[in-house]
Amino acid sequence: MDIQLKRGLLDVCVLAAIKDEDSYGYKIIKDLKPYIELSESTLYTILKRLEAANMLTVYSSEHGGRLRKYYHITELGLKRIDEFKNEWAEIMSIYKFVTKEDGNNE
Amino acid sequence: MNKQDFLLSLRKEISKLPKAQIDEHITFYSEMIDDRIEDGLSEEQATKQIGSPELIAKQILADSPTLSNKTKKPKRCLKTWEIVVIVLGSPIWVSLLLSALSAVLALYVSVWCIIIALWSVFAAFVGSALGLLVGSAALIIKGNVTEGLAVFGAAIVCAGLSIFMFFACKAATKVIVWLTKKTILLIKKPFVKKEEI
Repeated sequence: MDIQLKRGLLDVCVLAAIKDEDSYGYKIIKDLKPYIELSESTLYTILKRLEAANMLTVYSSEHGGRLRKYYHITELGLKRIDEFKNEWAEIMSIYKFVTKEDGNNE
Repeated sequence: MNKQDFLLSLRKEISKLPKAQIDEHITFYSEMIDDRIEDGLSEEQATKQIGSPELIAKQILADSPTLSNKTKKPKRCLKTWEIVVIVLGSPIWVSLLLSALSAVLALYVSVWCIIIALWSVFAAFVGSALGLLVGSAALIIKGNVTEGLAVFGAAIVCAGLSIFMFFACKAATKVIVWLTKKTILLIKKPFVKKEEI
């Protein structure tokens, strides 16, 4: 997949993974696994980027005798997901245009 | 590889980074291993799934903006002989530069002197108009109406000239201020551009 496109998609995927409840690194990777393969170092960069963009906040919470970092989505993060939904409609119409010629092959 | 070896090795690989950043990465990967162990994996399996510390370090370093800035920094430096020439030549070029600067400054000051002179003429006209006006009033009150009227006429002439003078001075000042601004911008431009590069 194109790197720029994948990067944008991954941002939204991570936001979606923490949308309903706060989550932590390993759980995000596990939840996304069926859809998209995500390495630890990639996740780290994405989390940093989203935090810098104020789309999520980080807090530490005790879990089983150690500290675990949890990620919480912000209003801006939720807004980004909504934007993505709108963008997707646009992408689909472009997809239709691009694949128009292939119609006969089926 | 167990957890401790993994983290030690990673710490070594990214030791170029600032301490705070290293600790943050170590905390992140330590948590990742712990969560996998909690999920039922052994330490060995967990570190194997995450990947080799060398490879992870490579990605971390590639993603660290502070480091890539550092590598970009080495810009052109003055060579030793250039510095020697500049220092040895300083008695010549410093004095030349100073005299050139003072010549420019003198030129600029004399231009402003002209402006000040023009405004002084204007002030003189205003002053004499007022003085003559007072004088003519005094003459008329004393009974010397003819002389009084003559002086009054002179006062009006001065007042009229002062109005012309005012607009002339204003225009001249404007031109000089505009020229000054243009010159300063021209001098500033090369320096500002250099910083952007």
